[in-house]
Amino acid sequence: MMLAPGTRVRVKLDWPELRGPCHIRTPHYVRGEEGTIERHLGDFPNPEDLAFARPAPIRALYHVRFAPKPFWPEGAAPDELVVEIFEHWLEAA
Amino acid sequence: MKDELPRAMHDMGGVSKFMCDPVDTEPHALNDFDKEVDAIRQLLGMKKLMSVDEMRRAIEAIPEEQYLRMSYYQKWMRSITDNMLSKGIFTEAELREALASQDGAKL
Amino acid sequence: MNILETPSDRLLEAVRSLLAAKGHLTTDEIAERIRITDGGSPAQGARMVARAWTDPDYKALMLRDGTMAAEAMAIPMRGLPPLGVLEDTEAVHNLVVCTLCSCYPRAVLGYPPFWFKSAAYRARAVRDPRGLLGEWGTVLPVGQKLRVVDSTADYRWMVLPRRPAGTEGWSAEQLAAIVREGDMIGVTIPTAG
Repeated sequence: MMLAPGTRVRVKLDWPELRGPCHIRTPHYVRGEEGTIERHLGDFPNPEDLAFARPAPIRALYHVRFAPKPFWPEGAAPDELVVEIFEHWLEAA
Repeated sequence: MKDELPRAMHDMGGVSKFMCDPVDTEPHALNDFDKEVDAIRQLLGMKKLMSVDEMRRAIEAIPEEQYLRMSYYQKWMRSITDNMLSKGIFTEAELREALASQDGAKL
Repeated sequence: MNILETPSDRLLEAVRSLLAAKGHLTTDEIAERIRITDGGSPAQGARMVARAWTDPDYKALMLRDGTMAAEAMAIPMRGLPPLGVLEDTEAVHNLVVCTLCSCYPRAVLGYPPFWFKSAAYRARAVRDPRGLLGEWGTVLPVGQKLRVVDSTADYRWMVLPRRPAGTEGWSAEQLAAIVREGDMIGVTIPTAG
């Protein structure tokens, strides 16, 4: 199911890094954070599988917008932060 | 806070220990080594011998103290070699032999 | 010793000879690839920006599909990641970073510069971007929103900066000459010079 622009989402709070060798394109600082779908960018083979030359399912990739001021305590963060995130890292907020 | 999360070492966004580092904004020309490694990486991708994500994964596997010390293209060279070995494009014995023949040529 | 810790210039020589001996690549192919890659430069992106400043239809295409807009300027994009273009306005200034590695719009800007690949740039861009811009002496107008784009996956991003005041009536060639690498990543802002 395609996520429409404006949909509120949460990035999964997951740490595959603790489970063994992996290659993850979701930065640590957005995991567990809420954001807004800006737009669907396209569909691409999952890099987490490509990195190990495994068959890679095609996944939707979204631009997700965050308001990052609370991410870091001192408050010098950007007004908006936009990150490319694959669908399997997103859940309903 | 964010600094206590179990991030991988290459996942650098907002990491406190780099926040006071100045940025070297001067141009740095690439040398012949850099350009050749860059070109070989592209060719291996075009020939489907190594994907960009395989290349990144092996860079991310470099121990942190070496990762932070190595130049950009030194990391690429190490990753290319790692991938060629793990994918069986050539064996470690063949690589050792090729390295040894360099020593022989220099004697 | 772990063989991967061999000095990298020696690894390069050995890997090159093994790949050649096994028929995977030739030194001619490497030389050709270097020549093609050296052809990419910020001048390519600057031509796109200058045309967008003078041709509203082209600007609309560039914002809709950066890859097509690059191809329309005879910049080869086949087999390369899709290009996205971020428009600066009076209200918003865009800054591009790749916090995970060094994803860079190479097709239109050439090799990524040293600073873009540095730990300091990658760490500070998402947490203290106004302080980071100070490294270039760049100060944003009060009230302009700063939007940071972390280039984490399959797209590559360039910024379409605002056309500076004092360039009215300039040709596309004159405009292209004032657009620098950093203007198209967002660390600097073009001026009439």
